[in-house]
Amino acid sequence: MFLSSTSVRITAAFVAIAILCLFAADLAITTINPWQDLAALFLGMVTPDFFSLEHIGTALLRTLAFAFTGVALGSISGFLLALVFRFRAVRMFCAFIRAIHELFWALIFLQFFGFHPLTGVLAIAIPYAGIFAKVYSEILDETDPTPERVLSRKVDVLSSFLYARIPDALPHLITYTSYRLECGLRSSAVLGFVGLPTLGYYLESSFSQGYYSEVGALLLLFYVLIATLRLWARPRLIPLYVIAAPFFLGDGLPIVWGNVVRFFTQDIVPSPLRDGEGLPGLWHWLSDLAVNQAMPGIWNTLVLTQIALVLTGLVTLMAFPLISRHFGGPTRRGLGHVVLVIARSTPEYVIAYILLQLWGPSMLPAIVALALHNGGIIGHLIGRRSNEITLRPDAPKGIERYGYELLPRLYSPFLAFLFYRWEIIMRETAILGILGIYTLGFFVDSAIQNIQFDKAMVLILVTAFLNIGVDAISRRVRARLRLKVSMTCEGH
Amino acid sequence: MDAVHLRNLTAAYGGQQVLGPISLDIRPGEHIALVGGSGAGKSTLLNLLYEQVRDRAALVPQEQGLVQSLPVFHNVYMGQLAAHSRWYNLLNLVWPRRRELQAIEPLLEKLGIREKLRTPVEALSGGQKQRTAIARALFQNAEILLADEPVSALDGPLAHVVMGLMTESYATSVVALHDIDLALRYCDRIIGIQNGQIALDDMTRRLTPSDILPLY
Repeated sequence: MFLSSTSVRITAAFVAIAILCLFAADLAITTINPWQDLAALFLGMVTPDFFSLEHIGTALLRTLAFAFTGVALGSISGFLLALVFRFRAVRMFCAFIRAIHELFWALIFLQFFGFHPLTGVLAIAIPYAGIFAKVYSEILDETDPTPERVLSRKVDVLSSFLYARIPDALPHLITYTSYRLECGLRSSAVLGFVGLPTLGYYLESSFSQGYYSEVGALLLLFYVLIATLRLWARPRLIPLYVIAAPFFLGDGLPIVWGNVVRFFTQDIVPSPLRDGEGLPGLWHWLSDLAVNQAMPGIWNTLVLTQIALVLTGLVTLMAFPLISRHFGGPTRRGLGHVVLVIARSTPEYVIAYILLQLWGPSMLPAIVALALHNGGIIGHLIGRRSNEITLRPDAPKGIERYGYELLPRLYSPFLAFLFYRWEIIMRETAILGILGIYTLGFFVDSAIQNIQFDKAMVLILVTAFLNIGVDAISRRVRARLRLKVSMTCEGH
Repeated sequence: MDAVHLRNLTAAYGGQQVLGPISLDIRPGEHIALVGGSGAGKSTLLNLLYEQVRDRAALVPQEQGLVQSLPVFHNVYMGQLAAHSRWYNLLNLVWPRRRELQAIEPLLEKLGIREKLRTPVEALSGGQKQRTAIARALFQNAEILLADEPVSALDGPLAHVVMGLMTESYATSVVALHDIDLALRYCDRIIGIQNGQIALDDMTRRLTPSDILPLY
């Protein structure tokens, strides 16, 4: 057997679970003309209409402004948290804030800050701070400790930190932060779907009116923006962007402080307590919430996640040869890169939104969206890893090369990346509920629509703990398989 | 300075005792060479020593302890961090002070790396890195110098220059060396380590290479 039996067993178990989940999943295509709409969309993509440049300009400018401000704020707070990361309470706090998706944070802040720019900035900054704290502290821990050891004990903490620790960690901190900036652009774009003035907002309005050529133009410009990130986001220009960004967030609507107070003192207090029904009332309220919303939400989230995880794996295994130097010439690899850039630059939320319009509401659009986006990301990483492998000159070609030479060597890193993304896929699965798929996000969103913020808060907490739980399981699986991956934008 | 008295030092690795118990006195004005085969416990002993006298010692560890992305100037300056306020240190980090440059330049001149003053350590050769680590220890100007194979990457004449500088700048030093000739020439006391124990401890004038060779 060419693979260690543990990774084969784990793969088999996950595939079996996914197949069982298929029976429990709703995968229908309900629209009358799904393929015709899809064709219309592709036609729109190849005939982009840069309708009003002012419109597109505003959309991209706001997307950039929210991304820069949010990521900068998250990076600074994350750095400060990283300095005290050895405290268990800090680690738990960070795990908690990063377990709640940007869109959930946005939905929460929308309730009391309204459409003020602060809502979008904090929605990005808070979960990113939790992620930055964890990764920054790992980077600082991995820095060579000997320079600190040779310092006299009389050296003050600040000097010792700035001279002996920061300089060698700095390049890694900068690389990771710029990776995260790319993620921040995607997060910022998606925030438009809940009404903030970023790309998603314009995308949704063009889409709902059937202006596919406008959708095409918006998406193409977004890809160009991300693909050229390294050209315009030069390290020396970053401070300039960060200082300028807050001035381009737009005015939004003013904060009504009365709403803020009401949110914390009334809205999120469970209604039985508000109405004086006491503990029995609270118990009834909670069990009703658990049985009718939390449980079905968790079930659907888990089912969808498991199917999407396995399909992501399949997409990855098919996608990585596209950019591998062991297959095909430079032209084909160039095309492969374009395909994978598109797949990983389009947020899963956007793909799911588009597919949902085309195919109608079911789990299918969400599964395909998650698999395409995440498969694009892992396919890119595994493809790059495959390029580091040197084959003997007389190695077999084609499918034999894939099966005998590459797959056995790449299977461990492949599993590592896949399990790394497990928690991320689940976070996204929950959030896709906002689009009308019955995962946890659906129940959160409907509670908010019904002005039941108390229920929404409980459901968001449930989602956060589910994510933390899956993260713990994934860490254990990776430890058992002795899998370790380097940090990327995607895994945190 | 006061003499250093160490009693019953031991070190364990993975539950197994690899060094000691060792007792050792270091008298002021002594230049001590630690000799012995690789894996005998020289580095372990030197590191234990450093833990005991950390407040008054300058250390040149085998792995050098340099900050790779900082220039030679800052790495050498780090020897004197404790002598300045944190604000002065911060200022000097972003904008090197003339006073410190003037103090460090002659030191680098003697070590033959003056033109590397502003070069990041990661761009240096192995021998240049080693001299940067030594410059830091010399600049620190502590009471005792502890150095672990400080000239292993330096060729003949340069090794003599550096050993000469170290003996001249530090009245008291403990230096782990694998080169017996250097040990005999620059140190006045030689301690031989074998299997984690002191196998030889005598004044250099009473020793010849043939007394030391059996340790290897």
